[in-house]
Amino acid sequence: MAKANTFIITSSDQVSRRTILKRFPIPRNFGVPNGSQIEPGRTWTAPEGATRTKQFEVYRYNPVSGENPHLDLFEVDLDDCGPMVLDALIWIKNKVDPTLTFRRSCREGVCGSCAMNMDGTNWLACTRFIEETDSPTRIYPLANMRIIKDLVPDLTHLYAQYELIEPWLQTKTSDPDRERLQAPEDRKKLDGYYECILCFCCTSGCPSHWWNGDRFLGPAVLLQAWRWLADSRDEATGRRLDTLEDPFRLYRCHTILNCTRTCPKGLNPGKAIAEIKKRIADRRS
Amino acid sequence: MEHLSNKHTRPLSPNIQIYRPQLTSVLSIVNRITGVFLSACAVVLVVWLIAAASGREAYSRFHDCIASWPGQFFLLASTFAFFLHLCGGIRHLVWDTVRGFELRQIYISGWIVVATSVVLTLACWLASLLIARQV
Repeated sequence: MAKANTFIITSSDQVSRRTILKRFPIPRNFGVPNGSQIEPGRTWTAPEGATRTKQFEVYRYNPVSGENPHLDLFEVDLDDCGPMVLDALIWIKNKVDPTLTFRRSCREGVCGSCAMNMDGTNWLACTRFIEETDSPTRIYPLANMRIIKDLVPDLTHLYAQYELIEPWLQTKTSDPDRERLQAPEDRKKLDGYYECILCFCCTSGCPSHWWNGDRFLGPAVLLQAWRWLADSRDEATGRRLDTLEDPFRLYRCHTILNCTRTCPKGLNPGKAIAEIKKRIADRRS
Repeated sequence: MEHLSNKHTRPLSPNIQIYRPQLTSVLSIVNRITGVFLSACAVVLVVWLIAAASGREAYSRFHDCIASWPGQFFLLASTFAFFLHLCGGIRHLVWDTVRGFELRQIYISGWIVVATSVVLTLACWLASLLIARQV
């Protein structure tokens, strides 16, 4: 659960409630293409007899309707619903509007399916407590994604970027007869990197990826790139660095560090990228 | 079903329009804005030097501008921008050595940049005013 200090954030699960601005002071549809502009939607009132309710403002988009995205307001009966934001979404889908579409699977922060933007920051809906959210809770899909339906973003481009860094073990020496052994201290170098669940909260929260996402690989993919560079068993380090050494793929990272702030697994993509930059600098000297 | 398969007609979910400002992103954009602003300040500095080299009348005209309230505010803003950009730059140099990346350190160094810039700006102006009084 959230800790009190709002000035010094010590772990990414802390919800900053008292920031001066909840969003940057720009018009709502600033620079947004026509088809992406968000319009007002309808209100779905709570069922009769509900005593403890909370409002959820949810981004809706139906590709079949041909209409623009809109914001629906749902009143959720908290006494009839689990404690997490994902529980509220499931409650809405079961009890109010069965067309509400979102991805979810494990409901315990392991699969990364329910990554979305809640109250302006990216996190997993299954590990965000409803009582930690604003009123109304504002729920959008992951920022800066092509939307398939409602809260379901198209991740094709991000998976393609992931494929570019060839996220598998590569060796030149002949295959051993048994597992490739690794000293405990070498294995330790992967801690903080192998745990990534590819939810893309970080990449979706990275302003540099918003502006240059077509060519900049983004924090999630670069963290994975470092995971293979740091692996003592991998023998393709030189070629991997060649692939990354590019003004856009790697160096569009300006160390903004929204990635490290938002990672629902508490990982540190910003640090991983700095490691890659340093490794390339070391290689030159 | 045509529009379902064409992903270019899919709407783009909002990014900067909804994403919450955080110390991380705010200090980053501030570092950029101060950088651009300081480039403009460099031009003003050159005008100042040219005015000084052009003689008494030109210099006094420039001096009148810079001594006015808007001029003084501009000088204050440029000194603050200078220190903010300087401290932010040092923070980035430390990051380049892969140090200070724990979230706690990121926030502490961020607030240190803000506080140090305020203190240095005040110190710079106090020193200038004291010197100006003695001359």
